Formats: sequence, C-alpha cells, structure tokens
Amino acid sequence: MRFKKICTADIGKKNCHTLAFYKKQGGYKQAAKALKKWAPDDLIEEVKASNLRGRGGAGFPTGVKWAFVPKNSKKPKYLVVNADESEPGTFKDRLIMEKNPHILLEGIIICCKAVAIEHAYIYIRGEFVFATERLQQAIDEAYKAGILGDNCLRSGIKIDVTIHRGAGAYICGEETGMLTSLEGYRGEPKLKPPFPAVEGVFGCPTVVNNVETLANLPYILEVGAKAYRSIGPEKSPGPKLFCVSGHVEKPGTFELPMGIPLRTLIDKHAGGVWKGRKLKAVIPGGTSAHVLTAAECDVAMDIDSLAAAGTMLGSAGIIVMDDSTCMVDALLNVMRFYHHESCGQCTPCREGTGWLEKIVQRIAHGEGRMEDLELIHDVCDRMLGKTICALADAAAFPAQSIVTKFSDDFVAAIENGGSPAWKKRHLSTVGGGASHG
Amino acid sequence: MAQTPSFSREAMKQYKWFLSRYPTRRAALLPTLRLAEQQFGELGVAEMRYVADLMKISPAAVFGVVTFYTHYRRAGTGKFHLQVCSTLSCALRGSEDVVTRISERLGISPGETSECGLFSLSKVECLGSCDTAPMLQCNDDYHEGLTLEDVDQLIEQLRSEASQGVNG
Repeated sequence: MRFKKICTADIGKKNCHTLAFYKKQGGYKQAAKALKKWAPDDLIEEVKASNLRGRGGAGFPTGVKWAFVPKNSKKPKYLVVNADESEPGTFKDRLIMEKNPHILLEGIIICCKAVAIEHAYIYIRGEFVFATERLQQAIDEAYKAGILGDNCLRSGIKIDVTIHRGAGAYICGEETGMLTSLEGYRGEPKLKPPFPAVEGVFGCPTVVNNVETLANLPYILEVGAKAYRSIGPEKSPGPKLFCVSGHVEKPGTFELPMGIPLRTLIDKHAGGVWKGRKLKAVIPGGTSAHVLTAAECDVAMDIDSLAAAGTMLGSAGIIVMDDSTCMVDALLNVMRFYHHESCGQCTPCREGTGWLEKIVQRIAHGEGRMEDLELIHDVCDRMLGKTICALADAAAFPAQSIVTKFSDDFVAAIENGGSPAWKKRHLSTVGGGASHG
Repeated sequence: MAQTPSFSREAMKQYKWFLSRYPTRRAALLPTLRLAEQQFGELGVAEMRYVADLMKISPAAVFGVVTFYTHYRRAGTGKFHLQVCSTLSCALRGSEDVVTRISERLGISPGETSECGLFSLSKVECLGSCDTAPMLQCNDDYHEGLTLEDVDQLIEQLRSEASQGVNG
C-alpha cells in the first residue's frame, strides 16, 4: 500500500495542534468506531495482526503485550504512556505531543477500549514544559468536547487521562522505573516478573506503551491490519519516525516507511554528512545501541534488519559522526551520560558505569595504558545481564562496540598523550567533566 | 527567620485535584513538589518539610525523592538557570563552546551561580532536542540552534528582563 505520513503530515500548518484541526482531518472517527463497534478482543486481535511493534526501544509486539493483561482481574487496570523520551538522539515523541497531541489521545482511547482501562497516565519528562502545556490543552479540549471523561463520545465508556510530569531522570524511561516514579518514589526499576501487565502501577495490571506506538493505532483501524502490514517489512511494518542528529546538513525528524535504507535516510533526507566531510560512524538507535562503522551503513532501518546487523533500531535516534570525530571523546561523552544516569541500586551498574567513564577519561586525557582496552571489555562483561534493568547493558554495548570497531583511535590516544581535542584544549573536551544541575 | 511556607488557597485547590487523580496519596508527591516549586520559587529544606507535613510523608523520604531527580529547582539556584545540553549530539555540534562562552560572559563555571544571584550555569544530559543542537534550557524555555551570538543576545535579554523586573 502507498506510504502516507500519519503523525507529521500536517505539521507546520496553522493550528495543527488543535481539536478543530484534528477533527477536520477525520480525527477521532477511529476512536468512535473502537468505542461503539469494536469488541475488545477483536481490537486486540486486529493490533496483533497488524504486527505493530513498540516504538520506544524494545520493539515488543503491541497486541501481544495487551493480551498479557488478565481479563478477569478485579483490580482496576491502567495505561501508562511512556512520554519520558530521554534516550540520547531521540526527539520524535516531543514532536507528536507539541504538534499533533490529539493523535496520541485517540490512540489512548483505542488502547483503553481494547484492554478495558478507565485511567491513562501520560508520564512526560519534566524538561518538556511546552509539550506538557500543549498536551494539557488537548486533554482539556477533549474533556470539554465529551471525547474523554465519564461518557466518551457518548459510548457510555469512561476514560480519564492525567499527565504526570517527571523531574529529570533517564531511568524513568525504563518501564518499571517509570511506574515507581509514578507512584511517588525515587524512580528505581523493579525486578521482572511480575511484569507490569500482571502487576504494574499501584499493584494493578498495567499497559505501558510509547507515544509513537499509540499514535499508530488510529491508522491501523482506518486501513486495516493487512494493509498496515504491507508498509515496509511485514514483520516490523508501518510508518516510522526517524530522528537524525549530529554531523548532517539537515538534522530532523523524518516520517518514512520502516525499512528505509540508512544511507538514503542520511544522504537524501538529512542532507548528507555536513561540510562535505566523510562519514565515520553512526549510532542507529539511541546511544544504547551498538555503533556502526561507515562501511556497515548499508542496512535497512527496521527492527529485524538492524538486529541481524548486530545492533538495534531502539528508539530510532540516529547520531551521525563525521571523519573529524575522535571516537574516544565520543565514547567518553556517552559513558559520562550512563554513569550520571545510573540509579545506583545494582552494584555492577553503579560501579561499572563509573569505572568505564574513568578508564575512557584517562585514555582521552593522555593517561591511558594499552591494557585499558582489555579492561573496558572486562568491566563490560561483568555488567552485562547482571542487573535489575537494562541500563548497565545500555552502557556496555556502546563501550564494547566503539572500542572494538575504532581501536585505532584508542591506540592513537594512548600512544600520543590523549585525544586530539583534549590536546588542543587541554582543559575540556567533548566529554569533559560535567556538573549537573 | 523566613516565614514558614504554606500553600495559597489556589495551590491548595490544585493539590486536592492532584489527590483526586491518583488512587494513593503518595503518587501525588511529584506533582505537589512541582506546585511547591512554582509557588515558593525553589525547594529548600523548609519547602520540602512543608510538603512532607502536608502529605504525611517523612521529610527524609521527600528529600530522597527531590534529590533523586535533577530537574527540581533547588535552593540557591539563580533567577535564570542556564542548563546547557552536553550529551553526544549537542557535543558534536559545539555545546562545549556554548558553555565556554557563557562562562566567559558571566564569570562562572558549570555548577556555579553568579554573585548577583541572577544566573546559574549547569551542563546537563540530553534534553531531547538533538536536531536543534547545540541548545540550552533556561528555566522553562528551550533555546535551540544556538550560535555564540545567540548566547550573547540571550544573556543581554535576560539581564534587561531582570532589571525591568519582568518575571523570568
């Protein structure tokens, strides 16, 4: 089927964030159908058949996740929308919330009907003040128009939506950390099982879905699962928001069919590597993903193709680095991030992220030893799979792949008294010691 | 001694609304801290203690929550908090130059507040605006696609806002 932009088609048009505009484009028709005509089980089956996979990072099939929620639970059920967008290189959900908030609300209604949920919380990162305001305006409009509330679109079904603002913590993008934070505590992740579908927020069955995932639902109902499945690769189909940043001429969010070649995305849509320079490295799915060298960039941007290439689509945050980049500085920056964001519960993560930062920093600052390269791998091995959540893995992946694939940069920094940028500035580099407010 | 903080009638109404949106009182803690931050301007020991008493949570637990997160406005923060995103995409496009420029203009290093109390400077982690790098957040607002001239202009603008008594 012909590709159509679903989230970003009208962005830039006047008042595109308002209810009046959204309704004029046919908005809330699918929510009305879901509320009045679709049986919950049929909705779940339709979303399963669409092969829609989560857009937050893990790529789990959305319909399957919904089906895990027990049907006969006496407890209330909740939807928690993951709008904590904080994976470095990712800025797509913010765009949806600022420019097209009603598509998210329509997706929320469809999910709530399918899983018999009466209250959805949108967990939005605290820094997104403007997106929060836009979203609240949209929610207010929807309540006033009878789209949300005790009798949604006169269906007799009750759905409430509440925004919950975070306060600056990457770990709250991890689903169990997010639920702990929503309950009013430090956002420390919890062991799974129990999975949130069975025992989530407030001890009740909980669906956790990403903003972009939910925004796909109205379109799936509009065109049907079969047609949706034909957009891009059948096993991970659909329109997808790709975020391109770093050393390109035109950074931005591009809505394209899943499976678009990475080269096309960089060269055609993002205007190519900037300043006429050559490509050196690409992180394809947020900094938690394994890095790709320039030679590895002939790959399709979908969940399975990137997994086969040894990395991941993740949150589709594509960070492009040109041939002037020192990968020691790049890795130091990434390691500082994970060290700062580790919640501190698990020793391998709390200590490991700190060790990695220190080791890479001493290489960048001219105090590295050849054994440090082996030491980085050793520390990574002691972090991988040994913690409650995946933050330790997310720190170890880029450390392993950047050190392995760009060992020349590391050897040069060790042999020549530090990274080129460090030597030039002597004081601060790309990864220089940050203090955090 | 500063007066003991307490919510206005309007803020109290908002707090009650928060309570109505969650099945537990504790879940209203994060939004209530935001409300306190808004009304009192910052979260110091007295403000945290007030929220703790109001919500019947131990002050230590409230302190533990406030300090877990980086985005609450802590006591001693300048009127304008310049938070420069320093994570990879911004670093690749010159965030360090932005930090250096601000440091030079204000005479403070990251982590410090200017003597006049107007400005605090911090290097922070990814603000989710990588396509407009380099960028910074000043209080609630994002300033994106920054050149060094933009930085100078912003500082001038904030200074004149402060001298005119316009609320940042």
